[in-house]
Amino acid sequence: MNQDELTSKIAFNVIQGRLEAEDEGYHEGLEGQPGVTELVQQALEEGLNPKTIVLEGLTAAMDVVGEKFERGEYLIPDMLASAECVGAAMDILTPYLLEAGVESKGKFVIATVAGDLHDIGKNIVSIMLKGGGYEVIDLGADVSTEQIVEAIEEHQAPFLGLSALLTTTMRAMGDVVDKLKERGLRDRVKVLIGGAPTSIEFANQIEADAHCRDAFDAMDVLKAMTA
Amino acid sequence: MSEEYRKGTPVKPYERLSREQVMWIDDASMQILADPGIWCYNRRAAELFKAHGATVWEESDSHPCWRVTFPSGLIKEAVMKAPSQIVLGARNPENRLLLDADVPRVYFGSGSEANIWIETEMAEFVAMDEPDTKVKLPRFKEIRGTSTLLCRAARLCEHLEHLDFFIRPLNIQDPEVTPDNHDVNKFFASLNNITKHVQAGLTKLERLEDVIHMAEIIEGGAEALRQNPIISFIACVFKSPLQVVDETAEKVFAIVEAGLPLVISSSPQGGSSAPIEEAGMVAQINAEILVGITFTQLIREGAPVLYGSVPVRARLDDLHDLYGCPEFNQYNIDCVQMARFYSVPCYSTAGVGDAKVPGMQATFEKLFTHLYMAMSGAQYIHYAFGLLDRTNSFCPLQAVLDNEQIGKIKHCLREPKVDPSTIEDMVKIVKKVMGSPYRLYARHARKAMHAGDVSSPYHFEAKGLEDKVLENALAYMKQLEARPAPLLDRTIVDQIYDEVPGLLPDLKRAR
Repeated sequence: MNQDELTSKIAFNVIQGRLEAEDEGYHEGLEGQPGVTELVQQALEEGLNPKTIVLEGLTAAMDVVGEKFERGEYLIPDMLASAECVGAAMDILTPYLLEAGVESKGKFVIATVAGDLHDIGKNIVSIMLKGGGYEVIDLGADVSTEQIVEAIEEHQAPFLGLSALLTTTMRAMGDVVDKLKERGLRDRVKVLIGGAPTSIEFANQIEADAHCRDAFDAMDVLKAMTA
Repeated sequence: MSEEYRKGTPVKPYERLSREQVMWIDDASMQILADPGIWCYNRRAAELFKAHGATVWEESDSHPCWRVTFPSGLIKEAVMKAPSQIVLGARNPENRLLLDADVPRVYFGSGSEANIWIETEMAEFVAMDEPDTKVKLPRFKEIRGTSTLLCRAARLCEHLEHLDFFIRPLNIQDPEVTPDNHDVNKFFASLNNITKHVQAGLTKLERLEDVIHMAEIIEGGAEALRQNPIISFIACVFKSPLQVVDETAEKVFAIVEAGLPLVISSSPQGGSSAPIEEAGMVAQINAEILVGITFTQLIREGAPVLYGSVPVRARLDDLHDLYGCPEFNQYNIDCVQMARFYSVPCYSTAGVGDAKVPGMQATFEKLFTHLYMAMSGAQYIHYAFGLLDRTNSFCPLQAVLDNEQIGKIKHCLREPKVDPSTIEDMVKIVKKVMGSPYRLYARHARKAMHAGDVSSPYHFEAKGLEDKVLENALAYMKQLEARPAPLLDRTIVDQIYDEVPGLLPDLKRAR
């Protein structure tokens, strides 16, 4: 297989949402053929430029996936499967990209706030962002205000995503914003919030930078912020 | 002929009656047929019953009438000869239906012969106190049924994926339609516009031959039609309580002798023409239907016949039929059980709205019976699409809404996919997801999603704080109506017009 064929195959498997050989794809009968992780590994072993893998194998494929989603051909599970493939590929590629001086779209710290164990929405956002080329630092669920602020400081992250599902825990988002101000970090970080009980009004009230309805909205918000 | 059939929905039947209660009802029906028996207004039928062991004597009545009492053995023996499996054919062989009394596989179809067609249009209204606030609401118009509208109904029903068979839902009342040409025009309007099974009652016995000839032309001969009976008939031979109608009995003779499938349908009204109590209603309707089935088997042993139960309850404020009530379900589910007891496929009833227009009341009434009757495992559920104002109106928009509802019910009642191989796969997925960083099952939903195992959200939902169900359903209906009609081949239509008298020229031009 030459290099073009290999990147095409990576792109094909991203579109199919196949992480590993044992995975099923969007179409039937692909089980047993190498998935994205195996193909990326093979590409590196064969000396492919990691940047080429990202641009021609991953980014181009995600554009196709996005178009399919827009047309209603793909639903959320298809989109997430593809994003997860890109995320896994990025885990493998990151050391090589760093070595080559290629940077991610930026560090994004994400967490479900203190007292709240609900992490499905936060995980979906993580997968999508990782698939979109961000370096995601996922702190998990029920994360204290102190831990969140420390992570921002430690990673020098320009973006923070906060999630909550409960009306009782969403107030902790305001605590995080206050703490960032207190530590003199607020101007360096854009705070995005989301979760069922949150709203634009609430984001304004706690002085967050944006409210995101869902993972796709989060991607759009980030795109607008970095434009 | 191929062995293709529409899939139907096999269910695990919900049964109200215990085995003992079924036996009691069977026994009660036999008691009724022994005394008082039935009032038969057809001489030939009375003679046929007498020839097979019934006790028959002439009644004094303003019309010729015979009282007939039946020994239970005569009924039981005849009903046992009725086939438990019936195939209803269709122009498209993939639309054929296999009705098996011993398999609770459910099919849904249209029904009745409503006089009124209800047309819907959306109109925009402005709030009087707030001119910027606008809302779209439906406006309904009543139109008398015509042959052109029946063509439209058939075309729409062709494209309703959850409608499995077509019973003409509309009475054709064009000025040119007479009792003499009613049958040929209603069957032609239906057969020319739908490739699913077509069923109707017969208006005039004398036109049966022409209707059958029309179907034979379509199928390519008499034998081909019997192999793939694209048409069948409904005969309400009983006028409840317990009276055999002279004219309908003659139609039963002719249809059975012609070798085409027939529904023996009875529709007593609990509280007026039958007892309102469940036990009494079911005992009487069961007695009526059993005599009807016996009648068919005495004419021709093995004649394909359906146990047609349409028991309804009377409203006690005006004695009209009442469909969306608990008793309706109780009566009908019991009848499905009785049909199963006798091993005869069941023509049952669900989805009639007492409501006069589509909306919340109609949805409530229809869901109430659509779901319960599907759960009962009746093989052939008619009246299920578009009927409003009891059975007086057919509304195509309502048929589209019913299609969505029935689709969800079919999905809901699908057989569970729980078997060792699926269990093994699921345990594997749980282990895999729990070993992954996000513990999220979304990507693993794809297999079920793409296999069609995951249902879609309600088709006509609105995104905002508004109810747009009717508006969205109407838009979808227009999309369906824009699809091409599955018209018969021109040479077949020409042959039908050459050989079958009485067809309206407009129906041919409607091509």
